[in-house]
Amino acid sequence: MSNIPENLKYTKTHEWIDVQDDYTGICGITDHAQEMLTDIVFVELPEVGIEVKSGEQVAVVESVKAVSDVYAPVSGRIVEVNKTLEDSPDLLNSDPYGKGWIFKIDIKDKHELDELMDAAQYAEHVASGE
Amino acid sequence: MVSTMQTIFSLHKQGRNKYTVPQFGAESYDPIPQHLCRGELNLADVSEVDVVRHYRRLSSLNFGVDNGMYPLGSCTMKYNPKINDAVASLPQFTQQHPATIEELSQGSLHIMYSLQEMLCAITGMKQFTLMPAAGAHGELTSVMIIKKYFETKGEKRNIILIPDSAHGTNPASVAMCGFTVKEIPSNSDGDVDIDALRAAMDNNVAAMMLTCPNTLGLFDRNIMTIADILHSNGALFYCDGANLNAIVGKVRPADLGFDIMHVNLHKTFSTPHGGGGPGSGPIGVVEKLTPFMPVPVIAKKDNQFYLDYERPQSIGRVHSYYGNFLVMLRAYTYIVMLGASGLKQVAEHAVVNANYLRVKLQKHFNLPYTRICMHEFVINDEGMPNGITTNEIAKRLLDYGFHAPTVYFPLIVHGAMMIEPTETEHRDTLDAFVDTMIAIKNEANTNPEVLKAAPHTTPVRKVDAVLAARKPVLKWEE
Amino acid sequence: MSFLPNSDDDIRSMCNEIGANSVEDLFVDIPSKVKNPDIQLPSPLSEQEAMHSLLRIANTNKRVCSLVGGGIYHHYVPAVVDHLSSRSEFYTAYTPYQPEVSQGTLAAIFEFQTYMCRLTGMDIANASMYDGATALAEAVLMAVRTTRKNNVLCSAAVHPHYRQVLATYAWASNISLQIVPYKNGATDYNELSHIINDTVACVVVQSPNFFGVIEDIEKVAHIAHEHKALCIATFTEAMSLGLLKSPGECGADIACGEGQSFGNYPANGGPLLGILACKKEFMRTIPGRLIGKTVDEDGRECYVMTLQTREQHIRRERATSNICTNEGLCALRATIYLGLVGNRLVEIARTNHTAASYCLEQLVNLGYERVFDASFFNEFVIKINNAKDVQNKLMDNGFALGILLETYYPELSDCLLVTATECTTKDDIDTLVKLLQTI
Repeated sequence: MSNIPENLKYTKTHEWIDVQDDYTGICGITDHAQEMLTDIVFVELPEVGIEVKSGEQVAVVESVKAVSDVYAPVSGRIVEVNKTLEDSPDLLNSDPYGKGWIFKIDIKDKHELDELMDAAQYAEHVASGE
Repeated sequence: MVSTMQTIFSLHKQGRNKYTVPQFGAESYDPIPQHLCRGELNLADVSEVDVVRHYRRLSSLNFGVDNGMYPLGSCTMKYNPKINDAVASLPQFTQQHPATIEELSQGSLHIMYSLQEMLCAITGMKQFTLMPAAGAHGELTSVMIIKKYFETKGEKRNIILIPDSAHGTNPASVAMCGFTVKEIPSNSDGDVDIDALRAAMDNNVAAMMLTCPNTLGLFDRNIMTIADILHSNGALFYCDGANLNAIVGKVRPADLGFDIMHVNLHKTFSTPHGGGGPGSGPIGVVEKLTPFMPVPVIAKKDNQFYLDYERPQSIGRVHSYYGNFLVMLRAYTYIVMLGASGLKQVAEHAVVNANYLRVKLQKHFNLPYTRICMHEFVINDEGMPNGITTNEIAKRLLDYGFHAPTVYFPLIVHGAMMIEPTETEHRDTLDAFVDTMIAIKNEANTNPEVLKAAPHTTPVRKVDAVLAARKPVLKWEE
Repeated sequence: MSFLPNSDDDIRSMCNEIGANSVEDLFVDIPSKVKNPDIQLPSPLSEQEAMHSLLRIANTNKRVCSLVGGGIYHHYVPAVVDHLSSRSEFYTAYTPYQPEVSQGTLAAIFEFQTYMCRLTGMDIANASMYDGATALAEAVLMAVRTTRKNNVLCSAAVHPHYRQVLATYAWASNISLQIVPYKNGATDYNELSHIINDTVACVVVQSPNFFGVIEDIEKVAHIAHEHKALCIATFTEAMSLGLLKSPGECGADIACGEGQSFGNYPANGGPLLGILACKKEFMRTIPGRLIGKTVDEDGRECYVMTLQTREQHIRRERATSNICTNEGLCALRATIYLGLVGNRLVEIARTNHTAASYCLEQLVNLGYERVFDASFFNEFVIKINNAKDVQNKLMDNGFALGILLETYYPELSDCLLVTATECTTKDDIDTLVKLLQTI
C-alpha cells in the first residue's frame, strides 16, 4: 500500500502539491509513482522563473528502463527547484514527500486547487489502476 | 590472478611495446610547428602477446550465434556463412579507395549495382540505394524522401502514423525530420485498428510506417486496405523491413502497396551483427519516389558503372562515399548462393520453426495472440507462478546456454518476450529450447528462488544498472 | 547452397505438430493474389562457384600505388587486428542487451571510449556513429538541442561530403546552415568573426581540414564562445590525433570525425567508424550508445550499456537520435589496433607526415605549385597543368595521384589533393617522380 499523506492534494498523473500559507506550492511525485518507476537515476529539473500552465510537462524523471514526465499540478511560476536531486535522485524513492520534493511554484489561480484530488480521492484513483 | 574485467590499460608497462614502424628513409623538410602539436600521448603500451591474450579472453566472455541459439526477436540472428567473410577479406576489395572507385574498382561497382538490382527483384521496388549504414539510418533517409516528395508537390503534410507496436527507431526517425507522430492502436487480434486508422486519416498525414510482418510477428490481414486508405488520401506507405525474413521470396512488399522500404542486410541477408554493427540499411522506392533518392546513384552505361550526381531533386547525401561496402559484399554473396528458391525456403523454414515453438510453448506460457505467427511470436509472464517475471526467465535461459529472446518489446504487450528462432536452427535445438523453457516453468513453481537469483553460471551475474546510471563512469581511469 | 539444417522430413513432421497440412498453410495471411511471385534472380550457386565468381569480379578491380586520401586513408592494418576481430564470439554477437553474456563486447567498447577520450581530449565518447559525416551531423543536432539556437556556421574547408550530409540533416530538421569561406587554405577567421552573432548554435571547423591544412581550433573556439556558441572540431584523419594538439586541449566542446584510419580498411568506402566525443556537461544529450562501468551482485567489476533513457528504444520520438546499430566491430578493430601500436602511434603519425612532406618537396622540385603555404598533415594541394590528363596517364602506369578538386571547389582548377601515409615508401614517390618527368 503506498503512502498518501492527508494534508496534500493530488493529480491524476501522480503528482502531489503541498500548499503553503502564502500560496506557493511545493510539488513532487507520489509514493505510488516512485514505486512504479523503481530506482530513479536522474531528474531533469525545470528552469527557475518559467511560467507554466496546469497540466504542462515541467520535469522528467528517469529510471534505468523508463522515462516519465512530471506535470504541473497548477498554473504559475517556478520559483525554486530541488538541486540536491541532481546528485541524489534516489531521494525521490526514499522520501518522495519530504527531501524528494522537485519544485516550488507560485500559484497563479487558487481555484485550480479545487480541481485536484484529496488523499481519499487519490487513494481510490490508485486503486482503480489508472 | 587475472581480474575478470581488467582492461588493456591495466596491462600497460613501459618498455613492453615493441611495435616497429618502418623508417621512411628521408627527412621531413616541413616539420609541424611545436605549438600545433600535442604533449605526450598516454595510450597503453603493451606487448603483442598481451594484446592477443587480452582480447581472446574477452571474446570468451561473449555469446554469439556461433555459441548457440540466439532467439532475439526482430533481430534475425541467423547463422553467418563464413564464405561471406572470406570474400569480404579479399585484398582486391579491402585495399580499394572509394575516391577512385569508377576508374579502379569497376568490380566493386558491379557488386553494388547487382545487389541493388537483386533487392529490387526481391522486393518489387523500382530502385534501391545502398548508402544507409543501418536500418535506423535507412528509416531516417526514407522519412527524408517522404518529406522531399511532399515539399516538391507543394503539399504541407506534417503527420506520420505509426502503430503502437512500432520499434523505437520509427518515431525517433520521424521526429528527426520535423514530423509529428500520431499513434494508431492495434486491435485485439494484433492487426492495425482500421477504424482508428480511418479516423486519423486526413490531408495532414504524409505517410504511415508499418513493420511487415509486425513486431508481434503477425502478418496484418488488412494490409492492402491500409495501403488503399493511405493512397486514396495521397499519403505514402513505408515498410520497416526488419522482419523481411518471414516473407522474403513469398511476397514482394511493393505488391502489398508499400511505396518505400528499408531492408537490413545484417538481419535478413545474413551479414554478421558485429556486436553492434556494422550493419547496412538499403532503401527501395517505387517509381514516383526515385527522383528523391540520395546521391550518388550507382548507374550503368555501355557496360561501365559510374556514379550519377545529376539528381536535382535528390535529398542530398546521407553518408560519406557510398555506404558499408564490405557488408554489401557479404549480402551479395549470400543472395547469389541462395537464389530465389533458396530465399523462399529461408522464409518457409523460419516460419515453420517459429510456429513449432509457438505451439509447443503455448501449453506452458501465456500467448497473447494465438493465431498463426510468422517468423517470431510473443509470449509473456502473465500467469507465471510466484510472480516470476519475463526478465527472470530470460536470465535463467543464459544459465542453460541460450541467449535470451528480446524482452519488454513490443511495448503493447506487458512483460513481452519475443522469440525468433530463425531458419538456421534445427528441430533438435528447438526441442532443447522448449525443454529448457518447461524446466524454467517448473523451477518457477518449485524453486522460484533460483530464478530470482539468476543467472548463476555466466561470467558475471546480475549487473547493477542503477549504479551505472546514477554514477556514470564512461572511461577507464587509474 | 543452403544453410537450412532441417530436412524435408523435419519440416513435414513439424508442420504436423503445428496442425498445418503444409508449409503454405502458414502463409495464409498473405493475400493470395500476390503470394509466391516469380522472382527473377540468377540460379543459385554452391559456395565453390560463388567464390569463383566473386574472385573473377574481384580481379577486375585494379590495384595501384594510391596517393589518395580525402576522408579515407590507406594505413597498414596489423595482422592481429583481423585475427582477433574474426573471433566469432565478437562478430556474431549483437547489441549487448544481456550484459552477463556480453562482457567481451562491453569491455572492448569501454576501452574504445577511453581511447577516444584520450585522443580527442574530451571527457565522454560514445560507442561509435556510422561515419565521420553522420557523426558531424549528429554533433550539430546536439549543439542545436543544447543551445536551443537554430543557426549553424560551417567552414568551407570541411570535407565536402561532410558538408553535404550536414546540409541534408539541416534541411530535414529545419536548421539554418551557413558556410564560412576559406582563405589561404584555412577557415577565414576574420570573416567568421564578422558573420557570427548570438543566434549561432555552433561553429564547425575541421582540422586537419579537407586540404590537409592544420587549422587554429583555439581561435575558432574563442570566437564561438564569445557568442555563446559551441565549437565543434571535426577530423577525417584520426591518425592526426596522435601528433597534433587535441580538439579538447584547443577548447572545442565537441570532437567528431572518422576513425577508419585505426585498423579498418578503405574497402571502397565502408564500413567506417564515426567518432563522437564531448565535454562532460553534454553527457545527457550525446546520442548513441554509452558503456559504463559498474559491479555485479558479487562485487565483480563489469560493464553495461548505460544512460539508455536517451536512446530510441526508451525515449522514442524524444530520443537524442534514432541510432541503434552503430559500427561496433569497427570500433573493436580500432581498439585492438590502438592496443597494439600504443604510443608508437606518434611515430606512425610522424612517418605519415615525413612521407607527405617528401612527396610535396619532390613535386615542387618538378615545378608544380604548392597551393597553400600553411602547415599540413599527410595531405596537401598541388597544382599541375592539365591535372586530369596527368592523373589518367599515371593511372595507366600504376599510380593514383590524389583527388581532383574542381568538382568541389571550382576555383581550384587543375588542383589535386595528394596524400601520403606510412604505407607510401620513398621508392614509390621516387618512381612517381620519374614517371611524371616522362609525361
